[in-house]
Amino acid sequence: MSFRRLRAIFVKELHHITRDARSLALALAMPVMMLLLFGYALSLDVDRIPTLVYDQDQTEASRDLIKQFQASRFFDIRGFVDGYAPIERAIDRSTVLMAVVIPRRYSQNVGGAREAPVQILLDGSDSNTASIALGYAETVVQDYSLDLRTDMMNRRGGEHTPPPVDARLRVWYNSSLESKNYVVPGLIAVILMIIAALLTSLTIAREWEMGTMEQLLSTPLRPAEMVLGKMLAYFVVGLADAAIAVLVGVFVFQVPFRGSVPMLVVSTCVFLFGALFWGIFVSAAARTQQKAYQISIVTSFLPAFMLSGFVWSIENMPKVIQPITRAIPARYFVTILKGVFLKGAGFRLLWGELGFLALYAAIVFLLATRKLRQKLA
Amino acid sequence: MWERIRVMLRKEFIQALREPRMRLLLFLPPILQCIIFGYAVNLDVDHAHIAWMDMDRTPESRDLREQFESSGRFDVVAMPANEEGVQRVLDSSQAQAVVRVLPGFARDLARGRAAGVQVLVDGTNSNTASLIVSYGGQIIAAYSNGAMGRQQNRRVLTRSPGSAVNASAPQVTARSRVWFNPDLYSRNYFVPGVVANILMMVTLMLTSLAIVREKEIGTMEQLMVTPLRPIELMLGKTLPFAVVGLVDMALITAAALVVFHVPFRGSFLLMLLCALLFLMTSLGAGLLLSTISHTQQQAMMASFFFSTPAFMLSGFAFPIRNMPLVVQYFTYLNPLRYFTEIVRGIFLKGVGISVLWPQMACLVVYGVAMLTLSALRFHKTLD
Repeated sequence: MSFRRLRAIFVKELHHITRDARSLALALAMPVMMLLLFGYALSLDVDRIPTLVYDQDQTEASRDLIKQFQASRFFDIRGFVDGYAPIERAIDRSTVLMAVVIPRRYSQNVGGAREAPVQILLDGSDSNTASIALGYAETVVQDYSLDLRTDMMNRRGGEHTPPPVDARLRVWYNSSLESKNYVVPGLIAVILMIIAALLTSLTIAREWEMGTMEQLLSTPLRPAEMVLGKMLAYFVVGLADAAIAVLVGVFVFQVPFRGSVPMLVVSTCVFLFGALFWGIFVSAAARTQQKAYQISIVTSFLPAFMLSGFVWSIENMPKVIQPITRAIPARYFVTILKGVFLKGAGFRLLWGELGFLALYAAIVFLLATRKLRQKLA
Repeated sequence: MWERIRVMLRKEFIQALREPRMRLLLFLPPILQCIIFGYAVNLDVDHAHIAWMDMDRTPESRDLREQFESSGRFDVVAMPANEEGVQRVLDSSQAQAVVRVLPGFARDLARGRAAGVQVLVDGTNSNTASLIVSYGGQIIAAYSNGAMGRQQNRRVLTRSPGSAVNASAPQVTARSRVWFNPDLYSRNYFVPGVVANILMMVTLMLTSLAIVREKEIGTMEQLMVTPLRPIELMLGKTLPFAVVGLVDMALITAAALVVFHVPFRGSFLLMLLCALLFLMTSLGAGLLLSTISHTQQQAMMASFFFSTPAFMLSGFAFPIRNMPLVVQYFTYLNPLRYFTEIVRGIFLKGVGISVLWPQMACLVVYGVAMLTLSALRFHKTLD
C-alpha cells in the first residue's frame, strides 16, 4: 500500500464531492432536515386525546366523573353529544379518537354502592395511541373509583384513611418522557447510514457507468488503496454530518448529553468506517448507480431505520426477528448512542458493542477489497 | 402518436425489467417493508422485562408480584438486592423498570396506612416508558382497590359482626370497546400505510432516475432527434413505473389480506381510483425532480429529500395529532397524508366517498398542478 497513491485517490474523490455542490449541500442539509423532523415534528407521546362525552345520566355524579377527564392533561373534551350516531360519525372522520359513555343508571349505581360501569369507545386503528389512551382512561376511572370508596369509607368509619397502596412512579434518564430525547441520539446512526447509502454506494458504480473505471484500471492503483481512499473522502462528509447532528441535537433540541465525548467520537468513527465500506462494497458489486442505490437502501438504510431500535424498540419485536437485529451494525451504534447520551454510560458498559462495530468494519473492508479485485480481474 | 408511445413504452419496460437483479429490486423493497412493518415494528409492550426488589418479603408483597406477572405485561427477570443492583439493571438495560416494595408494606396495608410501592422506569424510550407507567399504575390501583375492599370488610365486620352486606362500596369500572382494530395490533395500522408509502417511493424515485439516467449517459440526445414529442416522452417514461407501482400495491394488499390478516372493509375499486389520483402527483413530482437534476446522484438526493418529509409527515408512523400545531397545518400540503388517510380509511374503517371526498379532491388538485408544472418545465429542457 502506497501512501502517495492513497492520497491521490482521496484528493480526487474530494474534488468529485466538492465539485457537485448541489449534492454536497443536500448531504449536509440532510442531518438538519432529519433532526428538525424528529426533534420538532414527530412524536409518539400521546396527550390531548380528542374525546367526546355522551352523558346519559346527566347528574351531579356523572358530571363529577367527566370533570376527572377534563382535569387530565391526556384528554381534550371536544364536546358533548346525545347519541351514538354522532360518535360514530366523528370517529369515522377521525375528528375524535375516544368517547366516554356514562349509562343512565350511573348515579344510582354509585349511590347504591354497586358496580357502576362506564363505557369507553376507542378508535383502534392507530394501535399505539389507542393502547396508551386506553391505559390513561382506565387509570382515570380507577383513581376516581378509589377516591369514591375512600370517601365513603371515611364517611362511614368517621376516620380518615388514605388509599391503601401508595404507588410512587418515577422515571429515570428521560424523566420528562419526551420522545425527542430518545429519538435524536439514535437518529445520528440513521443519518450516517443515509450518507453511506446515498453518496458512497454510487462512487464506484459511477466510475463504471461513466467509463472512467478503465482509466483508473490503467493506473498502478491497488484495490485496497482505492477502497480506502474513496472511503476517507466520504468519511470527511460523514463526520461533518455527525458533528452537525450532535451539535444541533444538544444545543437546539436540548437533548441531554451525559457521557464522554471521546467515547462518542471513537464509536462514531468506527461505525462510519463500517457503513462506508459497506457502501463501497455495494458500489463495487452493482455496476449501475440505480442498482447500487436500490441495494444500499434495502441493505443499509431500511434496517438501520427500522430494526436498530432507533424508534421501535427491539424488545417488542417477535422472537424470530430479534436475532436478526443482532446482525445489523446500526443496532449496536444506536445502543452506544443512547447509552452515551442519556445514561452517561462509558466504555465499561459498551465495549461489546464497540468491539462488534470494529469487527464489522474490518470484515466489510476485506469484502469490498476482494469484490473490487474480482471485478477488476 | 399512439404508435410512438407504444414503442417508447416497450423500450422502457425492457430497460426496467431487463436484468433479473433489477426485476428483483423493483419488488424487494415492498416485500421487505411489509415484513418489517407487519412483523417487526411493534409499539405495544408485553412481557416487558422488570426487576423486582422486595424489601418487605411478606405474603402481601408476593401477592403483588403475582399480580404483575399474571398480567402478561411484565416478566420479572432480576431480583436486585440493593441500590447498586437497581442501578446496574437499569444502566445495562437488562430491565426496563424496577418495582420496589418498600419495607413495612404488609404492616402498613394492615393498619390502613399508605403502603409504599416504588416503580422506577427507564424513560429512555418514552413510548415504552409511558406504557409501562400506565400498565404498572393500573395493576397497583387494582391491587389497591382489592386491598381496600378486604380492609373495609374487616372493619365493618369488627364493628357489627354478621352485617357484611353493608360493606359494599361503589366501584366505577371502565368497560372499553375498541373499534376497527379490537386486538390493537400494530400491523393493522402499519401495513395499509406501507401501501401508500411504497407507491410513492417506487414511482417518484424510479421516474426521476430513469430520465436523468438518459441525460447522464447521453442517450437523451438520441431520443431528442427522434420524432417523439415531449408529451409522448413523458408518458412513455412515467407509465411503466405507474404499472410497477400498481403491481407493488396489489402485492402488498394481497399480502396484507392473506399473510397479515389485516381487515379490508372498504371497496377495492375506490382504492384503485384513489391510487390513480395519487399517481398523478407522485409521477408529476418525479418528472419535476428529473428536470432540476443533472446527475442520478442529485436526482436520488432530491427525491430522498422530497420523500422523507412526505413519509414522516404523512401520519404513517407518527400520528399527526401529536405534532406541534404549525407542523400540523404544514401536513395539509403533503399529498401522501391524504393518500395514507384514504388507504387506512378504506382498509380499517370501510368508509366510502361520502367520508373521503375531501382527501380525494385534494389529490386531484395536487395531481393536476404537479403534472402541469412538470409538463411546462419538461418541455423546456427537451428544447
